[in-house]
Amino acid sequence: MQASDRFNINSQLEHLQAKYVGTGHADVSRFEWAVNIQRDSYASYVGHYPLLAYFAVAENESIGREKYNFMQKMLLPCGLPPEKDED
Amino acid sequence: MYLYSLTLQRAQGITTAVYGNFSGTKGAQEIVVSRGKVLELLRPDENGKVQVVHSVEVFGAICSLVQFRLTGAQKDYVIVGSDSGRIVILEYNKEKNAFDKIHQETFGKSGCRRIVPGQYVAVDPKGRAAMIGAAEKQKLVYVLNRDNAARLTISSPLEAHKSHTIVFSLVGVDCGFDNPIFAAIELDYADADMDPTGQAAAEAQKHLTFYELDLGLNHVVRKWSEPVDNGANMLVTVPGGADGPGGVLVCAENFVIFKNQGHPDVRAVIPRRSDLPAERGVLIVSAAMHKQKGLFFFLLQTEYGDIFKVTLEYEQKEGTVSELKIKYFDTIPTAAALCVLRTGFLFAASEFGNHALYQFQGIGDDQDVESSSANLVETDEGFQPVFFYPRRLKNLVPIDDIESLMPIMDFKVANFYDEETPQIYALCGRGNRSSLRILRPGLAVTEMAVSPLPGTPRAVWTVKKSVTDDFDSYIIVSFVNATLVLSIGETVEEVSDSGFLGTTPSLSASLLGDDSLMQIHPNGIRHIRSDGRINEWKTPGRMTITKTGYNRQQVVIALSDGKLIYFELDVTGQLIEVEQKEMSGDVACLDIAPVPEGRQRSRFLAVGSFDSTIRILSLDPDDCMQILSVQALTSPPESLLLLDVQTGAVESELGGTRSVFLNAGLQNGVLLRTEVDMVTGQLSDTRTRFLGLRAPKLFATQVHGTRAMLCLSSRPWLGYTHQGHFQLTPLSYETLEHASSFSSDQCPEGVVAVADDQLRVFTIERLGETFNSTAAPLRYTPRKFVLNPTHKNVVVIEADQGALTADELQAAIKEAVENNNEAAGGDKMDEDKPAEGGEDEEKEDPLPEEQYGYPKATADSWASCIRVIRPFPEAKTTCLLELEANECALSLCLVNFHDKEGLGTLLAVGTARDLQWFPKRGGSAGFIHVYRFTDDGDRLQLVHKTQVDGLPTALGSYQGRLLAGMGQTLRIYDLGKKKLLRKCENKHFPNTIVSIRTYGDRIYVGDIQESFHFVKYRKDENQLYIFADDVVPRWLTCSLHMDFDTMAGADKFGNVFMARLPQEVSEEIEDDPTGGKIKFEAGRLNGAPNKLDEIIQFHVGEVVTAMQKAALIPGGQEALLYGTIMGGVGAMLPFTSREDVDFFSHLEMHLRQEHPPLLGRDHMAFRSAYFPVKDVIDGDLCEQFPMLNAETQRKIAEELDRTPGEVLKKLEDIRNRII
Repeated sequence: MQASDRFNINSQLEHLQAKYVGTGHADVSRFEWAVNIQRDSYASYVGHYPLLAYFAVAENESIGREKYNFMQKMLLPCGLPPEKDED
Repeated sequence: MYLYSLTLQRAQGITTAVYGNFSGTKGAQEIVVSRGKVLELLRPDENGKVQVVHSVEVFGAICSLVQFRLTGAQKDYVIVGSDSGRIVILEYNKEKNAFDKIHQETFGKSGCRRIVPGQYVAVDPKGRAAMIGAAEKQKLVYVLNRDNAARLTISSPLEAHKSHTIVFSLVGVDCGFDNPIFAAIELDYADADMDPTGQAAAEAQKHLTFYELDLGLNHVVRKWSEPVDNGANMLVTVPGGADGPGGVLVCAENFVIFKNQGHPDVRAVIPRRSDLPAERGVLIVSAAMHKQKGLFFFLLQTEYGDIFKVTLEYEQKEGTVSELKIKYFDTIPTAAALCVLRTGFLFAASEFGNHALYQFQGIGDDQDVESSSANLVETDEGFQPVFFYPRRLKNLVPIDDIESLMPIMDFKVANFYDEETPQIYALCGRGNRSSLRILRPGLAVTEMAVSPLPGTPRAVWTVKKSVTDDFDSYIIVSFVNATLVLSIGETVEEVSDSGFLGTTPSLSASLLGDDSLMQIHPNGIRHIRSDGRINEWKTPGRMTITKTGYNRQQVVIALSDGKLIYFELDVTGQLIEVEQKEMSGDVACLDIAPVPEGRQRSRFLAVGSFDSTIRILSLDPDDCMQILSVQALTSPPESLLLLDVQTGAVESELGGTRSVFLNAGLQNGVLLRTEVDMVTGQLSDTRTRFLGLRAPKLFATQVHGTRAMLCLSSRPWLGYTHQGHFQLTPLSYETLEHASSFSSDQCPEGVVAVADDQLRVFTIERLGETFNSTAAPLRYTPRKFVLNPTHKNVVVIEADQGALTADELQAAIKEAVENNNEAAGGDKMDEDKPAEGGEDEEKEDPLPEEQYGYPKATADSWASCIRVIRPFPEAKTTCLLELEANECALSLCLVNFHDKEGLGTLLAVGTARDLQWFPKRGGSAGFIHVYRFTDDGDRLQLVHKTQVDGLPTALGSYQGRLLAGMGQTLRIYDLGKKKLLRKCENKHFPNTIVSIRTYGDRIYVGDIQESFHFVKYRKDENQLYIFADDVVPRWLTCSLHMDFDTMAGADKFGNVFMARLPQEVSEEIEDDPTGGKIKFEAGRLNGAPNKLDEIIQFHVGEVVTAMQKAALIPGGQEALLYGTIMGGVGAMLPFTSREDVDFFSHLEMHLRQEHPPLLGRDHMAFRSAYFPVKDVIDGDLCEQFPMLNAETQRKIAEELDRTPGEVLKKLEDIRNRII
């Protein structure tokens, strides 16, 4: 990266977007945004054991199963993506 | 308002556990467990009891633990993955009894994030490298090595990232001394996100990926990636190198698959329970591996609690695996972690409920249901399943039970037993392991023996015959006019040849010198030599001895005229009078500390007088019987005890300070603890504590081999040092008259005591616990309960989704037992007769529910009941109503209807039929049942059942009517003849009402997602108005009414908060005679016209599920108590003075700087994880002050203008105000 590029807002943003999954941009769609939120939430549930336990008690599942379910839901958290407009 | 937050009982659930030798002691078997935010070292002792050796709060969420050992080393290290964005390597330091942080390397942001590593940690089995991974994308590899001084070094991280990839599991692969390899189950979602047709998502395939760390190039490569079963969730390392074939076991739904690079898959099905619904899979949730010379096997546990033993048939040379066998082993409660100990124990950290230590009785070599890769049958519908029936334990024997209240579903505080302090009634556990537990602050006591005595004893002592004896020889009991001597042997019986004088009461009995005995009675001192000679010292004139103080070398007596006489034992073993002293008034009590090791005598004598003073007298020959210091008291002392206390780090040169405390029990029931200067005898730093209504009598006893203090007031207390803290804790036992330590073969550290006309022997269990509990079992997961003050009983609602009802469960168990018997019967035909006996036994005693595990019914079925428990005198279920037709109880409350007072207190229970959570919360119908208490509150009688629209998720009583929250609607009902009659409603709540509290004419409604709403009911208009709400979206888990304008609550993410209506708004609402203001005021921010202020914010770090306001000590200040899903109990105490707030907030500030949390999470950031912490001082951090080294302690204390002793005293004082 050249010295002048460092102050270029776009290059900074691109860097952030590459490094941190979920960093938004001007054209982020409703679907992309929701998917990110959901994935972040599931990762947070899996990371916070007390929260996993809380869900496990509510659903009457074992904590291990609950964790697996949440990881599995990270694949398609909001269902199928919408059809892309051609223009 | 400022609060002091203190954890009373740390979380009891265990999230992960690793096994190893962390102290480096030869043969040590140790387990490091994480309890969410607490890291602990456990060690099973020789009796098979699991002891907590060290416990430290880390102020962060621990996600993963792994242990490793450098080649050739004797000691294991722990790597901790947490939410700190740092990798931390810890070493247990047994001298300091603490974890030392060896390395801490920062790699990312803090917090549990999707792409910040910490979720998974894996280590190379040879301890050469570690990989730390996130749920998605990031993986970092650190090379571990040794420097010249054999210290552990860590490299800078190597990246092994892959974007758009979810990681399910991460382990190190055992490949001997080749380059370290790590295996991960990965799922790429990039295509699925882009493809609107859903084809890519359907084809998304999990892969098993091997990452190789090239030690020569210092570089990580994706070495190998191959598709793996899409149900894969966990990896288990298979021993490699010289010990086995290497590779990994992939645990997937219904299968276990052996995989290795360049090796075909070896797959076997996991046997399933015969009663399992067809749509359910079988998932492995925990695993343990056992490896010894020439043998290794795996224990895998399914989500239903069944353990399977997995073995591999392999060829060592080529490293090929020919067969994988899965054999049913045993069923124990589902574990979050399993550890096989080298000594033949299995430690099972239960997901919910008590943890257990089992001993192996077999390793599953007997005939049992087995599935193998060799006879895997593939049909059109997939692989053919193998079925089994659970049976009672065969290979494991339970040895120890480690209490865990996890999950606390709800608790309330009441005093149904009319004890000095109230009890906590807590709903704990889930499914068939749930219980109502009655918690009392204090230590649990196990009674060993109770025997009646002739007459009412005054006092009791135990004596050893010789210093070298391990156990006591005699129990001496003194009555008003006689002394009874009991000899301790196989049995305890009266003896007359002991040399003790039986015809007089005794003032003391003890060992004197090395092997002679001494009895002091009112008329003299009787010295019984080991050879049977008896020396008597008689009191002069008509004087009698009133008080005594003694140790093994020194004796002081007080005569009835107030004179003190001091004796010492000389070298020939004679008791010689040394000095006399006239005291100004009558002596109330005396004490001499034991002779310090290596000294001739103890230096100080403490004398308490009836003029409310204590004097310290010197016993040195130079200034014998000179008064060194005086302390004036508020009340005459009753009893004295000099006790040395070791505070701070145990066994440490640096941190630990040893000081002598003079303990005095005063007649007004106060215990005074004053530090005695070891050189000058000056008294300083007095701490007081009210113990009870009777003057405390103090006795020395033994706890873990060190001297401790037993205080007998209206209840007994124990003062002892535990993990560097001096603790004074009540015992849950009756009032005692006199006590002494007791040591015998069966009971090495007990207490013998007298009370009324009985002699009692007991031991004290589970030191360090704050509460002890008694449990009443429940059937399903308890959801909510109410205390019924009129009948002094408890009504609990229990409900479980997808669970078998009690009858179905019994039927299933019966079927399993029959089938097992059949199978066993078939085999046993060939064997000898004794097998028959075992079979009979099984029939008589059906399979316990706990061992049957946790069977599942179809997901849409519910089992639920309403239960009445009478806790007093012993918790007993008096009525149990099973709900039928797939109904489940959601809410309950007690209500007195204003126009039906004749009916008395009624119970309303809200239920739902066919309740389901997904895709949307709903059910086919909602009902409110109204019950009446009959038979003095023991039974429930249905008054009527009303169908309501919506699900009644919350109920409350309001001005003689019933309030029901159904989804977004709040409604008022009146009681009719045949059903409830709706009177008024408000439909404008945002989501679902989960709690309703009322106070006066105000209603406080909690929404599941939108915090509190304050509601006013206007009688003249018959309208409910929401006049204020909160601005913060709070996913409420519990709520508590604090005062007219304030509510306390907790949310799903582990925060506790208080919301208050501003004073002027509250006044405006109350002085609004026309009511126009409420009615016409426009809402703001899509809500009510007025907003609540959040005045307290605090992140606890565990989901808080219960809150109560209560004082746990008699006459104490009320504190907010909370219980968490992890089984922890905490308190928040409001400060009463500005001075204290300043002191503690400064202390907290200094500790944050000088003593940052162990895992590198910033303390302030942790307590502010969701909302910035506000006006709460973290007592848990403050209480880590004694863990600091002396130098830092002094530095901080100086900054606070105090001495370290004063800081400790402050900490102790504030704790004593809570519990």
